[in-house]
Amino acid sequence: MLESWRYFWNNPGRRRVMLMAYLFIAPVVLYVFVTSFIPMFTSLYLSFTRYNALSAAKWIGLANYRDILLRDTLFWRALRNTVQYSLEVLPVNIALSLGLAILINRKLRGITLFRTLYYLPVVTSAIAVSMIWMWLYERNLGLINLLLDQFGIGPVDWLGKPGLALHSIAAMRVWKGIGWNMVIYLAGLQGIPQYLYEAAMLDGASTWQQFRKITWPMLKPVTYYVITMGLISTLQAFTELYAMSRGTGGPLDSTTTIGFLIYQQAFQYYEMGKASAIAFILFVAIFALSLINVKFFQSRVEGGV
Amino acid sequence: MQTKVARGMQIRELGAEALKKVLLYAGLAAVGVVMAGPFLWMLLSSFKPDLELFAYPPVWWPKHFMLDHYRYAFLNVSFGRYFLNSFLVAAIATAANVFFTSLAGYAFARLEFFGKNAIFFLLLGTMMIPSQVTLIPVFIIAKRFPLTGGNNILGAGGTGLIDSYGGLLFPYLIMVFGVFLVRQFFMSIPRDLDDAARIDGASEFGIYWRICLPLSRPVLATLAIFVFTNVWDDFLWPLVITNSEKMRTVQLGLQIFQSQFLVNWGPLMAATVVVTLPVLMVFMLGQKYFIRGIATTGLKG
Repeated sequence: MLESWRYFWNNPGRRRVMLMAYLFIAPVVLYVFVTSFIPMFTSLYLSFTRYNALSAAKWIGLANYRDILLRDTLFWRALRNTVQYSLEVLPVNIALSLGLAILINRKLRGITLFRTLYYLPVVTSAIAVSMIWMWLYERNLGLINLLLDQFGIGPVDWLGKPGLALHSIAAMRVWKGIGWNMVIYLAGLQGIPQYLYEAAMLDGASTWQQFRKITWPMLKPVTYYVITMGLISTLQAFTELYAMSRGTGGPLDSTTTIGFLIYQQAFQYYEMGKASAIAFILFVAIFALSLINVKFFQSRVEGGV
Repeated sequence: MQTKVARGMQIRELGAEALKKVLLYAGLAAVGVVMAGPFLWMLLSSFKPDLELFAYPPVWWPKHFMLDHYRYAFLNVSFGRYFLNSFLVAAIATAANVFFTSLAGYAFARLEFFGKNAIFFLLLGTMMIPSQVTLIPVFIIAKRFPLTGGNNILGAGGTGLIDSYGGLLFPYLIMVFGVFLVRQFFMSIPRDLDDAARIDGASEFGIYWRICLPLSRPVLATLAIFVFTNVWDDFLWPLVITNSEKMRTVQLGLQIFQSQFLVNWGPLMAATVVVTLPVLMVFMLGQKYFIRGIATTGLKG
């Protein structure tokens, strides 16, 4: 270490470049230090305190964690909702986005138009999309119920029934996210060598066999990446749930997720210590997922896929 | 004879090929309707008078196109102000991100210094911290920011950056992801160029500013679009940091057309059109930059 430091410091030219470089990275490093690095530890500290942002934080040890894990039924409810939401969104999203990617991975006239259309929901803000879907889901006059009405079905209270609201929001989230994963899968598909398919066709393999034996295995790293990134984002889901439950997490807490609970505890009840503890539990889960992701990402780079 | 049979087979094959194509287009179009339909419905709803909006049996296509809902959104609700707020914050954040992250990206890509890899991987690591973990501490920093909003030098006594442009802006100023994006690109610029410039007496900053930046317009465009849309679309931070009407951003503004029991659907759809339009337009114009941002980083805010 010292050796390396001397290498830079003792040579005037290298020293000048090094000091320049430090100057160049200083804004980013300082900023990240203040807004990410320190807050991570502040958050950990706050999770051991009772704090309402007005009076000083009071150290209460593990009481927040004990309350959350042992007494707070809403935490477990939120955890169940979050996991259910993720498990509903991800598989459907992956199946549809991979299907679409295969469908549009060819040279056809007008294919860019379709790709653009499929990508529209991705570039629209979560709030705007939530507003559009609240209108589609409206109980009496929403488009979906109007269409169902043509077949004599309904009306269905998509966002008002406790057993249904979370599924309805998950369906919207799938719709919003397909285009993004489609682009990632498209990049993956274009990385599969064409000769594999040519060889398979010579051997008389059917389309389904080609998918099972070539496309799916070759896309495994991509799928892995899509799953972990997707999980990291659905585990934090907040905006669409807040908007479509009109800020309540209801009906009857049925759309209260961990992300929503953190917001509610911190900024509606001013239980910042407790909210920090919940956030930290979430952090540990996401960090574990990120580590797995990094590991697979590395093996993907080494594997050259 | 034989050629006739062969031709017949060819025609049949061509027929099958054409049928496949038709089916494919039909499938693509059906998916297109599902993906774009909700936007179309929003647009149609925003132009319908209430009588048609709430009619039963439904009026699918507006009989009278009218702009009353837009007028309501801009006159009765100060949507113009929200628009200005969002635009200001997103524009400043974009400029700050492009400058600071490309500067750091340049150092990481092309300069040698002690601790380079260690610092780089530490930065990479902070990207894994979910925003919900830093939300409360960052809020406290904003609240206790010294010498703002009636705070003393120790950050006590006032409201700090709460409900101000500074507060809205400061968590967006630097997004680490930009450093990686730009670094990747800078590494691909041949070094002969800077060596030549160095011999001509250019400073490090001069090489960054005059050689690397102009060559990296595409990647800077990708970065700018990424930052702008992320800031424009963000909801949680404005929700937490603002409380007065005049500081609202457009995403927050969309919330005020509804109460617990009643939603003003016409103006809400008109406002949603207005909020969605700028990003959709930027997307249509700079599609390849959007897609590249995802393909190279796999990140979306």
